[in-house]
Amino acid sequence: MKSAEEILAAIKAALPDAGVELVLNPSPSAQHSLRLAPATAVAVASFLREDAELALDYCSNATGVDWPGKEVTEKVKVTKVVDGVETMTEETVKRVEPGCLEAVYHLFSMKHKHGPVILRMRTVNRTDQVELPSLTPVWRSAEFQEREIFDLFGIVFTGHPDLRRILMWDGFEDHPMRRDYVDPDDYEYEPTPHDEVLKRAEEHKTHAEVTT
Amino acid sequence: MAVDEGLKIELGKQGIVVTTISEIYNWGRKNSVWPMQFGLACCAIEMIATTMARYDLARFGAEVFRPSPRQADLMIISGTITKKMAPQVVRLYNQMAEPRYVIAMGACAISGGPFKQGYNVLKGIDRYIPVDVHIPGCPPRPEALIHAFMTLQAQIDAQPLTGGDRPRHLDAEAQGEFPVPHQGAHDLEPPVNRLVWPLPAPAAVAKPAGDCG
Repeated sequence: MKSAEEILAAIKAALPDAGVELVLNPSPSAQHSLRLAPATAVAVASFLREDAELALDYCSNATGVDWPGKEVTEKVKVTKVVDGVETMTEETVKRVEPGCLEAVYHLFSMKHKHGPVILRMRTVNRTDQVELPSLTPVWRSAEFQEREIFDLFGIVFTGHPDLRRILMWDGFEDHPMRRDYVDPDDYEYEPTPHDEVLKRAEEHKTHAEVTT
Repeated sequence: MAVDEGLKIELGKQGIVVTTISEIYNWGRKNSVWPMQFGLACCAIEMIATTMARYDLARFGAEVFRPSPRQADLMIISGTITKKMAPQVVRLYNQMAEPRYVIAMGACAISGGPFKQGYNVLKGIDRYIPVDVHIPGCPPRPEALIHAFMTLQAQIDAQPLTGGDRPRHLDAEAQGEFPVPHQGAHDLEPPVNRLVWPLPAPAAVAKPAGDCG
């Protein structure tokens, strides 16, 4: 099978406008993946399926990743004029790197018995611009898994034939697999609390004392 | 009850049967408890094994698993109750005719078990419906289910037909229908039925049960 670099070259040769970049995996498994730009993702996916040499006709798995926004502290050297003398001082600057949501697809070829090829797509942010193109029209097996990603991570797949919640009920509003999800506080009775449950039970206790 | 046991045996030898209404009544009730054909998760496999030839729940008069709640007496909560399933479980319980009993089978049914901290799992069915027997285990062996069944039979046998401890179906004032929780935006609403599950006394929160719900 072609390596990730060769697949990238093949995509570039067939679709010069496609936005694709290589994401290297530095671990010993070295399973590199391809990050697709959402605008051209469906065209690239169709190419990967139709190309005679690759023939990635089977999407075995689609899943989501939540990358929360993180605060980065950097030390920046600033020149300042203090009492008429120019001095170099170091200042720590805090900035927030915006997070995003990511969908990951694992592709195999039933025809040539090779794989996996890993595709990734990222949303613009985690709040209002969470649309990604659905790959269900290309691989039908992604249908339920994209619904699950929609349910648990909140990525909206445009072009999906039936985008509804699949695990939680329809009136549910949260996305439980997101890092910042807070589950309901029902730790009022814990006969044998330990570890995380003990922490939550104590939190509940202090909360209940504050409200009453 | 009022009749001396030794005297009863002695009279029995003479061909005279002495009994009480409540004894006959409870004997009938306890030996024809028909469970509902209803499984929620992996505990259901053990429940099925209990009914099969090796363990044979039919010995206790409970071989007839009814596929309709209208004909069933016993609900065996065999497995994890997800928050998506909980309203349907309460609704099925409401549809059962009195007298009705509940066995909470396994760690999930009694407390949420290994999935207790999950966002989608109810922390025990006794938050919404009254449970007669709890069995620990993950899953409990068929012997444990049989033991729970015998415990339930003993409970039925010991129940008086009059007075404060009488069964619910003989009490005109007793509550027959239990509110079905609504699936809300973040959790089930209400998260617990305080009439069925008052906050157990000296727990993590040290305050009276009344003002929580």
